[in-house]
Amino acid sequence: MTPVASRDGVLHAVRDAGLAALVAFGLFAPLVGLRTDVVEGGLALRGRWDDVAWLVLLAFVGRLALLLLAGRRLPRLTLPAPLARAGQYAAPFFLGLALLLPWLPFIERYELDLGILVLTYVMLGWGLNIVVGLAGLLDLGYVAFYAVGAYSYALLSLTYGLSFWVCLPLAGILAAFAGVLLGFPVLRLRGDYLAIVTLAFGEIIRVVLTNWTELTGGPNGLSGIPRPGLFGLSFTSEEGGFADFFGLDYDPVHRVIFLYYLILGLALLTNWVTLRLRRQPLGRAWEALREDEIACRALGINVTVTKLTAFAIGAMFAGFAGSFFATRQAFVSPESFTFIESAIILAIVVLGGMGSQLGVAVAALLLIGGTELFRDLAEWRMLIFGAAMVVIMVVRPRGLVGTRTPSIALGEKRAIGGNYVSEGH
Amino acid sequence: MAYALQQLINGVSLGMIYGLIAVGYTMVYGIIGMINFAHGDVFMVGAFVSLITALLLGLGGGAAGPGALLLVLLAGMSVTALYGWTVERVAYRPLRGSFRLAPLISAIGMSILLQNYVQVAQGARVKPIGALVPGGVTLMETDGFNVQFSYVQMLIIVVTLAVLAGFTLLVTRTSMGRAMRACEQDRKMAALLGIDTDRIISLTFVIGAALAAVAGCMYLLRYGVIDFYIGFLAGVKAFTAAVLGGIGSLPGAVLGGLLIGLIETFWSAYFSAQYKDVAAFSILILTLVLMPSGLLGRQEVEKV
Repeated sequence: MTPVASRDGVLHAVRDAGLAALVAFGLFAPLVGLRTDVVEGGLALRGRWDDVAWLVLLAFVGRLALLLLAGRRLPRLTLPAPLARAGQYAAPFFLGLALLLPWLPFIERYELDLGILVLTYVMLGWGLNIVVGLAGLLDLGYVAFYAVGAYSYALLSLTYGLSFWVCLPLAGILAAFAGVLLGFPVLRLRGDYLAIVTLAFGEIIRVVLTNWTELTGGPNGLSGIPRPGLFGLSFTSEEGGFADFFGLDYDPVHRVIFLYYLILGLALLTNWVTLRLRRQPLGRAWEALREDEIACRALGINVTVTKLTAFAIGAMFAGFAGSFFATRQAFVSPESFTFIESAIILAIVVLGGMGSQLGVAVAALLLIGGTELFRDLAEWRMLIFGAAMVVIMVVRPRGLVGTRTPSIALGEKRAIGGNYVSEGH
Repeated sequence: MAYALQQLINGVSLGMIYGLIAVGYTMVYGIIGMINFAHGDVFMVGAFVSLITALLLGLGGGAAGPGALLLVLLAGMSVTALYGWTVERVAYRPLRGSFRLAPLISAIGMSILLQNYVQVAQGARVKPIGALVPGGVTLMETDGFNVQFSYVQMLIIVVTLAVLAGFTLLVTRTSMGRAMRACEQDRKMAALLGIDTDRIISLTFVIGAALAAVAGCMYLLRYGVIDFYIGFLAGVKAFTAAVLGGIGSLPGAVLGGLLIGLIETFWSAYFSAQYKDVAAFSILILTLVLMPSGLLGRQEVEKV
């Protein structure tokens, strides 16, 4: 990994960069250089050659810089030691920040809404982490359970008028049932096959939600979903509402702060349950299953039950998050539950470093909060998101937090490198 | 009867498109054991390059000559092949030897990247183009229902068969094909015997992308409308086809594609068009559960 210094090396790098520029020209000339526009009576082409020139230049300079600065191989980033030591204070720091966030001076309505969004993904990430990170079952259809939770709450509250606090556990149970329903047929599958079947399951749920118009409202979705209250106090300006009861001036921000603490509580519940389960026989069985299924069988672990509970508990938390989503938006439609959502949640889990609770939270903050910075560039947002996924994987394949704390240890618990953890099957 | 015959024709021509994409999935899976999630989007890129070439040649108003169509096909194949090569080089090669999930996540990122890149570069609106190969022959006329075999469908079937024949020759008769099969059987051993495995893997991606471009071009000719999102569903269905045929098996991919095309067409014709995707996906799940090695695949042996 020494920088290329010799004259030959520079020549070689220039030639290599020239090739990269040539490839970039081949890639971008047709798709960027010629834009198709819908005009009267068909399509017309419009040349944009200056953009192509910039991209080609960028490829040349980028490749050259990479070769001259880093040698021929891409660097694998490792954290410097002081930063890694500071890492152990990261979790209390983030927790404190999350708890105090609504009371910080510069926090407005917008930041709170963003905080709710990030926490929703943190919770989904932690939920999926049970399935992928602990049990090692690759699930690309996780959003299906999120959808089940959201529609369960929407339908139960709209049809039977049940309150949020009654529906929340029901939605979790229904989502867990969906998890078992998916779990049964896929018990024998592993790895990529499992991924693709769960993806298909997610798509089936979405297609059914879109087309079963009598029940789900079809593509228009369900609207007018009731808002949750706090012990019977609703967040409205009427008499008997939250503000009136406590003698405060009515402010719509009260509801947002309440929703913020609600999702924070739900997320922390997910985290707490996961951490507790990891120490119990069930959690140990999950991790053993991730490392070696055959050895598990040989040791008498009931693989069927272990896998099904992983699916069910992971799905249950997605169901909780789903009903929170429905009550926050007051509106659900199939559009919120596309494959891309599953991909984002999985990306959060893997980029965070599978199995690491802190890593998942940091990855959610980076990916969701980070792309929110680009919200003005609507079309570019997902482009940057995709590119970030590729780049982070290439630079840090083991995720942001590359070490694990073992669930059980003899004596002192020492962090182990992510490379020693199996990724499951 | 006539109705069923019409569906058969439609199903076969659709299945050919799925088959071409499925070959790309199955080849990559055979050699490096990963699902190239971005392959559906490579197919979409192929369709877009074909569209742009067709417009560049001034087609789009009416019927196109065979020479112009061949040019469109070749341009689509070569540019898309370059995309396939770049995707492998940028997103997958640095991760070779890394843990199993890494390339899959990278591939999902690549798929999102390609989709949104085309959306940014070409706009989100659907791109309609007039029928480049209009007309057809009427095979059967029964009271009120004509069985149409359009020239486009004939073209799809002929081109697909020709391309697949050429591809089969490449894999079975050339030294490059032998190297590819060697890599598929045992990559480490192939490397020990002096095969440049990185080059073979690159070639696999190039060939797979070129075949996907043929599919994209045929899709454009058949439907006349494309947008940046066509790759996702087509990709998942083609993967279903590859799994149904037995992943790793090239004839299996084509067979699976045909079956998926037929099932989808007949399902929409006789049951409901809205749930045709559910039918395709249910078949995927049933195949994997009941017959995990597919129709023509090898039985996988579990080793400790």
